[in-house]
Amino acid sequence: MTIAEAITNILPQRAATALRHRSVPEGIPWTLIVFIAMATIPWVGSRYDTFLASQIVIDALFAVSLNLLLGTTGLVSFGHVAYFGVGAYVCGILMKTYGVPFSLAFPAAGLGAALFALISGFFCVRLIKLYFAMLTLAFSQIVWAIAYKWNDVTGGDQGLPEIPYPNLDWMSAVPGFADLSIGARFYLLTLVLVAVSLAVVHRIIRSPFGRVLTTIRDNPERAAFLGINVRLYQLAAFVIAGGFAGFAGALYGIFSRGVFADYVFWSKSAEVLIMTILGGAGYFWGPPVGAAVLVWLNQLVTDYTQYWSFVLGAILLVLLFGFPGGIVGGLDLLWQRLKRLRNA
Amino acid sequence: MSPSFLFSQFMGGLTTAMFLFLIASGLSLVFGVMRVINFAHGSFYMFGAYLAWQAVQWLHPTGGRFWLAALLAAIGVGLLGALTERIFFRSLYGREELYQLLFTYALVLILGDAAKFLWGTDQLSVSTPPALAGSVQVFGTTQPLYTLFIICIGPMIAFALWLALNRTGAGRMVRAAQMDREMLDALGANVATLYTAMFALSAFLAGLSGALVTPIQSIVPGMDVLIIVQAFIVVVIGGMGSLWGTFWGSVIYGQVLSFGILIFPGFSLFSVFALMAVILIVRPWGLFGRPL
Amino acid sequence: MLEISALSKSFGGFRAVSNVSLTVDTKQIAAVIGPNGAGKSTLFNLITGHLRPDDGAVRLDGRDITGAPPYRICRMGIGRSFQRTNIFPQLTVFENLQAAFLVHYGRGPDFWSRADALYRDETSALLSSIGLGGQERTISGTLSYGNQKQLELGLALASEPAVLLLDEPTAGMSATETHETIRLLERIAAERELTLLFTEHDMDVVFSIAQKIAVLHQGRIIAEGQPAEVRADPEVRRVYLGHGLTHAQ
Repeated sequence: MTIAEAITNILPQRAATALRHRSVPEGIPWTLIVFIAMATIPWVGSRYDTFLASQIVIDALFAVSLNLLLGTTGLVSFGHVAYFGVGAYVCGILMKTYGVPFSLAFPAAGLGAALFALISGFFCVRLIKLYFAMLTLAFSQIVWAIAYKWNDVTGGDQGLPEIPYPNLDWMSAVPGFADLSIGARFYLLTLVLVAVSLAVVHRIIRSPFGRVLTTIRDNPERAAFLGINVRLYQLAAFVIAGGFAGFAGALYGIFSRGVFADYVFWSKSAEVLIMTILGGAGYFWGPPVGAAVLVWLNQLVTDYTQYWSFVLGAILLVLLFGFPGGIVGGLDLLWQRLKRLRNA
Repeated sequence: MSPSFLFSQFMGGLTTAMFLFLIASGLSLVFGVMRVINFAHGSFYMFGAYLAWQAVQWLHPTGGRFWLAALLAAIGVGLLGALTERIFFRSLYGREELYQLLFTYALVLILGDAAKFLWGTDQLSVSTPPALAGSVQVFGTTQPLYTLFIICIGPMIAFALWLALNRTGAGRMVRAAQMDREMLDALGANVATLYTAMFALSAFLAGLSGALVTPIQSIVPGMDVLIIVQAFIVVVIGGMGSLWGTFWGSVIYGQVLSFGILIFPGFSLFSVFALMAVILIVRPWGLFGRPL
Repeated sequence: MLEISALSKSFGGFRAVSNVSLTVDTKQIAAVIGPNGAGKSTLFNLITGHLRPDDGAVRLDGRDITGAPPYRICRMGIGRSFQRTNIFPQLTVFENLQAAFLVHYGRGPDFWSRADALYRDETSALLSSIGLGGQERTISGTLSYGNQKQLELGLALASEPAVLLLDEPTAGMSATETHETIRLLERIAAERELTLLFTEHDMDVVFSIAQKIAVLHQGRIIAEGQPAEVRADPEVRRVYLGHGLTHAQ
């Protein structure tokens, strides 16, 4: 079974790239509704709700960037957190140590992560699946080791606490925004930045370039014999995914008021992988849904018990044995069945 | 830097190496036959340690209690491995490898918390068995007897495994499975049982190493995660599926770790991952492995 | 014009292809036949860059293309269909072909346009001409074997090759399907002025459309020429005794 088959793994007639059939009723601007709903949280919800929403939004971007590799190109990376970490550290170091404004530090984070992805990706894409996964893991642990030990620059195991917020005073000029805390303002900024990023990634996936990536996922040998330089395209996907992961990392560093070496440990790569598959790697909106569900579940479970790992493991088991298409995959199946009943 | 200091470092490296070999051998074995990297291997190791501690609590304090506890722990973990394979893993064969890997990771999560639930989060320890409690003077350094024991048992187990692989019928089946599973299946060999047995053996080895490490290291939550990364590196360096590769990979890893610290303190952590990356870039199938 | 000279390839001690030379003129239809294990697929893999030859050269219209990577050989105008069906199973039939056009027209690096909207007319036209009209939205992985083979041919044609290599194009097909495929191939080869080189087991197929036949045996060419010549060659008959040559007489 190829990875393309495995990650979608629903009824054979319904492969899922989410781009060829609508998984939800037509005619309703779902994305806009969700965006507006999320934007109202600082007013409608509590401070904690805003906190959770920030986490979800950032993780959504991180997971979508991974899915550009996993779901679209068929590359299984175990080290995606490396680029998240590079982005977080670049932005954090620039803003805290050098006082660089966010408007410069943020793009720099993405560029830095993309650059590291270019260098590491060059070596990784030359390897077959298994070794590719292991080398991505190795690079990510190298980043962790450097973050953990390079006290002068990264703060070592103490990390970089108290990353400053960007200057968001200008938001007071907007009617209704004056009373918002800095945390809420940053959440709104994050929401906009992530929304734009997701729109860009979506555009890329639907472009000819994205279509080429799916051919590489489905059958790299045949893709080569259409005239595609497979390694080059895989590297391009790797760099783009890395860049967006870097953006997510930059946002996370500010949101959690600090950048620490833990952020780059390999278990975080596993977490984002689970998020992606939980939501459904065969769908563009799978990873964000997975992110939302996982963050929500995490805060729910940790209120009652310290055994979150156990719960996560159990969820993963259910997923693997019962719902390989993830949440969106399951919903899609349900929706297709309902449609068929309606048309019958 | 005196010779006795260097010798100390060298012995330290060897000890680490032999421990790692004991653990990594199981990982390598499973990969060679089943083409799966078992992330839960570290969890089996941790369970071996905890079970050994538990057995020591339950058994009467007689001589040989430690060895009996270690054996019981290893068998216990072996059984756990066999059950896991039979009940869960079996239904994942033929599916995408990513799913198998994620399953082993789910095991890591579940077993990790299970251990926390059963034994709490405090550090536990087991005292060195009286027979090996002393130390000897070698080259001007003091070497604990237990350390020497570990250094000797590594090659012994390597040799025993080598014998089993190359001189027994079962071993021949294993080697055949490493080369061509489908063929073996077509020939009518009971591949399913072979897989269960291999997985159980690998778990047994992991559990045994966990049990044997208890006099030297305290038992803590998180030891599963720490060890699996190291075992992984070792297997990559030596070559997945290769017994002697794992052996020499462990030795190399142990010495790099040991002497790397002398170059500068942060170096060894970075250097082992860098070594892993270099091997994957230059010779992905490791020093002794075969191209897949 | 495809020129193969003194091509050799060994695996370990085994000589899969040994000093093979063959010329296929422009717009000619040529076939390479031989018993199983004769080296036909290896020969194809050497031509299309999937394997590097130990010795010898491959020239396309005078240009040396020996050992170039497959994606470059494809861009130079050689198309290929594979023995095991090689399509993109998760994409629809339409998307399969459309992807091939996207690449062929150099749109690979385009990050911005909507892929759906491009080359729709060309894709529909090709779809109909290979006989898959009406199957646009079927997920290609669920197509029947015969249809998948048709799609595969379509993929090879979308790159607008000058030379088309077909590895056992009628393998696994019934008599009717085989007949249809052959008619299709003839028509397409004529329409697009293709140079065709194919391997086959089915002797009826070979003798019905090939203008030139080369016989491969244990990695060596043992006979070459027009169908009638080859059929009469004693060495060929010896090698093929019992392999179907008799019923084509």
